[in-house]
This record gives sequence, structure tokens and C-alpha cells, in this order.
Amino acid sequence: MVVDDSNSIRDMVNFTLKSAGYDTQEARDGQDGLNKAKESSFDLVITDVNMPIMDGITLCQELRKLPNFKFTPILMLTTESSGDMKLKGKAAGATGWLVKPFNPEKLLATIKRVVR
Amino acid sequence: MDIQALASQIPEQGEQSLEGIDFITSGDQYLTFILGQEQYCVDILCVEEIRSWENPTKIPNAPLHVKGVINMRGIIVPIIDLRQKFKIGELIYCDTTVVIVLTVETDAKKRTIGFVVDAVSDVLNAEQNEVKSAPAFGGCIPQNYIDGLLNVGDKVVTLLNVNALQVIELHKLS
Amino acid sequence: MSIDLSQFIPSFLEESFEGLELMESSLLNLEAGDNETIHSIFRAAHSIKGGAGTFGFNKVTEFTHLVETLLDEMRDGRRDIVQSDVEILLDSVDCMRLLIESARDEEDCQDEKITQTSALLAKTLGNDSQSDKSIVDNEATDADIAENGQDKKHWQIQFIPEHQLVQTGNDPLLLFNALADFGQVEVQANIDNLPPLTDMNAEELYLHWQLSLISDCSEDEIKEIFEWVEDECELIISLKTNENTQTNNTPKNQRSSAENLADDNLNSSVGSAPENNQNNDLTENKKAVQSSALDKKVISTEKSPAKKSEVGSIRVGVDKVDSLINLVGELVITQSMLSELGNDFDLTKVERLTAGLEQLLQNTKELQESVMRIRMLPISFAFNRFPRLIHDLSKKTGKSIELIIKGEQTELDKTVMEQIGDPLVHLVRNAADHGIETADVRLKNGKPETGTITLDAYHQGGNIVIEINDDGGGINRQAVLEKAIEKGIVEPNATLTDSQVFDLLFEPGFSTAKEVSDISGRGVGMDVVKRNIQSLGGRIQVESEQGKGSTFRVHLPLTLAILDGQLVRVGSEVYIIPLIAIVESLQIQSKFINRVSGDLVLYRLREDNVPVLPIYQLFNLPADNKEVNNALLVVVEADGQKVGLMVDDLLAQQQVVIKSLKDNYQQVDGISGATILGDGSVSMILDIPGMINIALEMAQKNQKMLEQETV
Repeated sequence: MVVDDSNSIRDMVNFTLKSAGYDTQEARDGQDGLNKAKESSFDLVITDVNMPIMDGITLCQELRKLPNFKFTPILMLTTESSGDMKLKGKAAGATGWLVKPFNPEKLLATIKRVVR
Repeated sequence: MDIQALASQIPEQGEQSLEGIDFITSGDQYLTFILGQEQYCVDILCVEEIRSWENPTKIPNAPLHVKGVINMRGIIVPIIDLRQKFKIGELIYCDTTVVIVLTVETDAKKRTIGFVVDAVSDVLNAEQNEVKSAPAFGGCIPQNYIDGLLNVGDKVVTLLNVNALQVIELHKLS
Repeated sequence: MSIDLSQFIPSFLEESFEGLELMESSLLNLEAGDNETIHSIFRAAHSIKGGAGTFGFNKVTEFTHLVETLLDEMRDGRRDIVQSDVEILLDSVDCMRLLIESARDEEDCQDEKITQTSALLAKTLGNDSQSDKSIVDNEATDADIAENGQDKKHWQIQFIPEHQLVQTGNDPLLLFNALADFGQVEVQANIDNLPPLTDMNAEELYLHWQLSLISDCSEDEIKEIFEWVEDECELIISLKTNENTQTNNTPKNQRSSAENLADDNLNSSVGSAPENNQNNDLTENKKAVQSSALDKKVISTEKSPAKKSEVGSIRVGVDKVDSLINLVGELVITQSMLSELGNDFDLTKVERLTAGLEQLLQNTKELQESVMRIRMLPISFAFNRFPRLIHDLSKKTGKSIELIIKGEQTELDKTVMEQIGDPLVHLVRNAADHGIETADVRLKNGKPETGTITLDAYHQGGNIVIEINDDGGGINRQAVLEKAIEKGIVEPNATLTDSQVFDLLFEPGFSTAKEVSDISGRGVGMDVVKRNIQSLGGRIQVESEQGKGSTFRVHLPLTLAILDGQLVRVGSEVYIIPLIAIVESLQIQSKFINRVSGDLVLYRLREDNVPVLPIYQLFNLPADNKEVNNALLVVVEADGQKVGLMVDDLLAQQQVVIKSLKDNYQQVDGISGATILGDGSVSMILDIPGMINIALEMAQKNQKMLEQETV
């Protein structure tokens, strides 16, 4: 599942994943993502941090509360390369992060680290 | 239905139905039609469809040869009486009166116009070199409308220039 | 795999411009302590920065980074929100727009304003070394790359994760896999900390690992792999020198037991690729880089011609599309029902047929409405530029102006929206410049110091009305009249109603401002505003009261594709008169008919004398009725001129879909387009101003002929 409020980034991530043979679902913000997570389960969640309605940190915390998301890898897309946001994400249960700007190759390489 | 099965049938049917008709040849095909006493033809690739005559909606203050517009599947198509435009033959609307709808695409735009003719007669095959240039003496039809002449048996058919036909002269209030 | 990023650029641009608009409007409303607003501004800047970086618009990224940093400080409360900063941010928004536009057009943006603003931003941040820092960063990565070139090293890694490591979705195996990409890896699991089975928690990890890696990678690269888990584990990375290689030999039994206990997939040596392969990979990578660089060149040359043919796109809410799909679904059901009915139809089924047709009608109507809704956008798209405009105008004029926006959710066709923007800007500029008085004049007249401009939009019938109201000085009737007389537009002794006087404002070359100001007197006159509105099939009205203010009311059709029309019959032809133009329809009473100056028929409608124009005369048609007495008259108004159109019959009122006559024919005087009626026949839509012109031309011709005859 790809959660991002920015259409272009979401499209890009989505397209990259689809081209690499992954099935994807999209969500526009944290709340949307959480709703979708409640309906089905995913092998990987990629989420932006800064989003309206519900941010990525909160989404992460909420997802970890769901039984079938206990071990699901969650990747955060972050522009703040400062450690602050990473620690927050980590504390919220994120698996790892991907620092923007990134290209499709880097995205796929990173995904390989969390999905079999 | 199985499309594959259908496809294999098509050529056979085609051969049967076309047997005895001088249809498939090299060269261009032309649709011939009658205006008054004369025969004319146009490039068949431009012919969109042939319709029976119906009363069109009048265009206010239009020249006499512009009969009006009709609705052809949601497109507004003007109807032009070729006899009146070329000032040949008499104005009689009868059972055989038909409208040939021509679509011509120039680089600028695509235009669809219907032309009223007395009757459609035949499809003509002709090589490019069979088209003879028209004598410059000129009848009623301006030279730019005529691409050339074609001999069919002992008759002569005038080949009309579809691009010229698509040009609509500006008309102002009379 | 290479993915062409350029396909996502249009949507990035679109959302960036939206983000900029949001930043702008939020900045204008920003008040100290308003956390939600500053957050949303930050978010917008942040998204733009992230996207720009991803799509390679580095100038945008650099600039936005400064903006983001400033916003971040405001967001955290490290910096108070002061007006001067907001001004800088507003300027920054302009700069970002310039930068993104030039990125879109693949031009190099050399605007002075950007250099200035970014200097200003840097100064505000008290951090001029920003750009230096990024260079240092680059150097650091260069050093990393240099280190890569060194010989293979033997790394010893001790990885002791905390028990809850897997609860964040991390999987040690995958980490090791990533390590294996660097070179040959050997993994040994250590089960020393394994609790007795009864105490074991299935969700926790009790193993730790000893890894050895033979690779030319740097320590940083190894650390990067464990980056996500560094605070959840103990990681000891050491470089093994050749002498103590033997320490690598760990007891075999330990290894095998670890294997048994650990995850089935956990192989002791993961992906030990031969070195040759590694080298091949590297060269291949290089090739890929080169070819992708080539790709980029190709893309950029291809893109430049594509730029010109701009095809507009609409972003449609999913709900609107869903409702369309539902409706099409219903339509299909109705269709299959009807075709089943048609298979063996007899008279007993007539009732079902009528019901089916009724349903079809309903479906079609709903489908039409839904399709039209796709083109509809809330008018806030046109309104949202005004807060900034007013902000700038009040700064420029020194007047204090408040802007009130109402009805911004009123929906309007996209094409109409795009074309109404400029006329509205002109009207709002006028209101701010000429309408609102300076503060001292306002105070002297007993008005509040702050002037108010109100923008309002609402639906009225099939139209949308946009009101631009100001509480300024109002239009000076006398000044307008004098000016018009001076310009020879009206006769010196003419008596005009108020609305006639105000309509003079829209005459070409008319301007009441004593001096042409920088703000509104910029070439485009009110006549252009009026023409633009008319070309959209709308009209504009003015109301004004001296000393109290003015209201400009713009009436527009909701859409350019559909029109509410009155069907009328003349002879055998059916014409459509746009409802928006109709004042009233009436039956002529002979006592109100006056014949003047020869053949002109005037009809007295209250205090107005309305010229009667028989359509059959204008269009050269046979008509049932050529007698004016008792005839039906449709009074229409265009350009402030009322005329009565004489028709044979009034038929239904209905919505019609406008089709162009120009596509296959040409523009016809007096006709704005055609439509297809329910029976499939074509009907012409009347163009009222055009018909008035025909009438005028005919009258002039008659005059000339008369003159010639008398000579």
C-alpha cells in the first residue's frame, strides 16, 4: 500500500512497484490508509510522513495496533534527513525510511530489504 | 461466437458474393452520380455515406444552393445542392434524389458536407493515367472544381475535386 | 529496470501549483498561534520540495529548502510569526512559481527576484552558509565513492538485536541479504540468549549473529544497511586484518544448532556471488547509467514540441466518476430490459414498454447531469487569487481593504471559469482602485476606515451570478455623463436613466479615472470586460449609489455546452432563444403599437419603447402571420438594448446542447449555434446581439436606397 497525499509521488511509487511486479493499493492520507488497512492486509506499507488529516507517524502507530500489521514492514518517505523524524518514526513502529529525493532504482533496492 | 472461426469464413463468402463483378482492381475507385444530364464522380474514399433526401433545417439568409443543415448522428451537416451550385439541370426533388455526404480532412480541419445529386449511378475503377485533363473552355463549373475527365464507354464523366467542394464561400447578407 | 520519470511530471506540476495556491491563501490568513495553518503551509512546501527533488528540479528544491526551513522554525515556535516574514514568504511563493514554471518549460530561470528573495530568506534564517553546507555534503559523498575503489576487506560484524526488533517489521534475513549484495557473507547465529521454550514469546527475537563479509565496501555502507535498526541492536563492526583470520573459525556444532533453531530460510551463507559477477554487475551498472543519461536527452528533445499542444485536463473526484459508472450500469439494465421486451412484443406489454421508456428517460437525464458535473468546479478556483490581489493592492494604494468571499462552493463550468478570471480581476482592481476611497476620505464621510469588497457567487435559474460589491464612493453619475458627452458618445441634452448612464462605462475608450493609475488603467478597458463576458453568453449589470458603493453583477451561463432555451416557431422553422436574454413574452395589444419614422414599429412596454423585429423579415422566411396586431412578441435584451422578436408560436422551454455550425459550415449572422431537438431535427439558436446587428444593417441599407431614390 502506498500512502501519500502527493499525486505525483504516489503515482511514481505505484508505477515503479507495479513495473517490478508488485500489486499495489493507494491511499491519499493516513486516515485513508488506515481504513484500507482495516479491510485487507499488505506485505508492505510505504507512507509519506507529512500528510493532511493523519500523518505518517500516527498511521504507523495505528497500524501497529492492528493484529495483522504487527510485523508488516512500514517504510516512511521522509525529506528530513535529520535524525529527529527517523527516531519519531522508529518509535511509532516504522521499519525503516527512504529519504526523498529518491529514484525508482533506490526505491526498489530499499524494498528488497524489507520484503521477501 | 468464435471470432477465429468467423475470420476463416470471411474470404470464402467474399469471393462468392463478388463473383462476376468487376470489383477488385488496382487503381482508384470513384463514385459516379448524375446531375441533370451529366455524369460526375468523386473519390470514393471521401464518401462518408449516401442518404436519402430529407428536408433540412434552413440556415437564415444562406445562398440558394445551401439547403440547410441536417443531423447526422449528432453532427450538424450542411446540405448543398450541387445542381444549384453549378447551375446545371433542373431542380426536381424525386425518389432518386440522394445526398452524398463527403468528409475531407485537410491539415487544418475535417469537414463533413452533404451534396444533393439527382441519383447515384455506379462505382468506377480508373488508373491515375486514365484521368484526362479537362478542356479549358469551361462550362458553368469553375475550373478549380474539376480534377479531370474519365472516359467510360462512350460517355465522359467529370471528376470533381473534393477539396474544392469543401470550401464554403463566405456569404453575407444579400 | 529504468523508469521514465517524466510521465509523472505533469501531475507533479499540477499539485505544486495547487500547493502554491494553498500556501498563498494560507499565508494571507495566517495569524500568530494558528498552528494548523502553518502546518498546512509547511506541508505544501515540503511536498513541493520532495517532488522537485525526485523529479530533478534542483533549483526548486534548493529554493524551497530555505522556505521550508523558515516555515519549520515558525511551526516549532522557534520563530514568531511576524508580518515581515510573511511578506518574504509570499514573495517566495512567487519565486517558487517562477522556478517551477521555468522547470516545466525547461528554461533557465534568471529572475532577479529569486536571487533577492533567496538572499532575504537566508538572511532571515541567519544562515548564509546554507549553500556552502550542501557543497560540503557533496564532497563527503565523493570521499565515500573514492573509498569504494579500495581493495577487498574482511569485515567482522556482530549483530545483537534487541528482542522486539521484529515488531517493527524488520527481518534480519533481509538485512543479511542486503549485505550479501556487497560481497561474500557468512552468517553464524548465536543461541546463547535463547530462553527455555516455556518462557519464549513468539513475537520476540532471541538470537544474535556473527557475520563476516568479504567486500570492498566501506564501514558506512555496512552501517547504512543496519541504519533502521541501529537503536534496537548492538552492532560491532570491525575490520579483520589478514593475520587473525583464523579467529573466524567458530565451533561447528554451534552453527548447526543455530541453523536448526533459526528461521528455515536462514541459510548460513547467503548469496555468495563470485567476484567476477560483481565486476560484471558494476560495468553493467555503468552502462545503465550512461544509457539512462542518453534517455534523458531523448526525452528532453521530444518534449519541447509536445509542450505547445496543450490539452487541458480536469481532475475529477472519484465520487463523480463512481456516480457515472452507476448510471451507466442502470442504463445497461434498462437497455437489456427494453431489448428483451422487443424480442417478442405484443400489445399486452405496452405498459411495460412505457415504464421502460420512462426509466430510459430518467437514466439519460441523470447521465447528462453527471457528465456535466464533471466539467463543473467550485468557483473558489477563480476566487482564490483575490485575497493576494487585495493584499497587494491595499499595500500599493495605501488603502485598508477587507475582502469578503461568499458562495465559493458555487459550481461553474471549467471553460467558463478559465475565461471569467481576467474580467473578474479587472472588476476587483477597479473596485479597489476607483471604488474604495482613501482612509481619510472614508473617515470624513462617516464610514469605517477599512473599505470592504465583497465577492459573491450564487445560482439563479440556469445561471450563475457573480457579484463584485464595494462600499466605496460609488459611480459619479454626473462625471460619467459629462465624459460621455465630451467623447461624443451621447447627445448633450439626452436624458438617460441611471442604468443607461452606468452602461456608458462599458463603451470602448471610456475611462473615468482622472489619472490613469498603475493598477487599473492598464489598457484593458471595461469594454473588453464586457465583450469577454458576452462572448461567454453572459451579461453584466451595474448598480451604484453615490457615496455608498457599487455592485457589478455578472450573469453567466453555467456551462457553454448546454443552454436553457425557449423554443419558438416561425413559419415551418423552430428557433431557440436563450432564456438568459428573454425579458418577457407577451401578446401584442394594438393600443401599444406606435409606428414611427416610416416603417419602424415600436411597442410600448411600460416606459420603454421596444422596436419590434419580425424574425421572418430578418431571416427571409415565409411566416404564418405577418400582421403585428395580436402577434406574439418575445422581448429580449442585449447590450442594454431591448427589442421585441415577433414569432408565430411559443413552444416549450428546454435545455439544449449547443453544437457549432462552424465545424462543417461557417459562422452565420444572427445564429450562435445549432442543436438537435428530441425528434432528431436540427434547430438554430438565435444570437440576439447578432440579430440586432442584422436589423441595423437592414435599416441602413433601406435608408441608403431611399436616399438614392430621392437623389
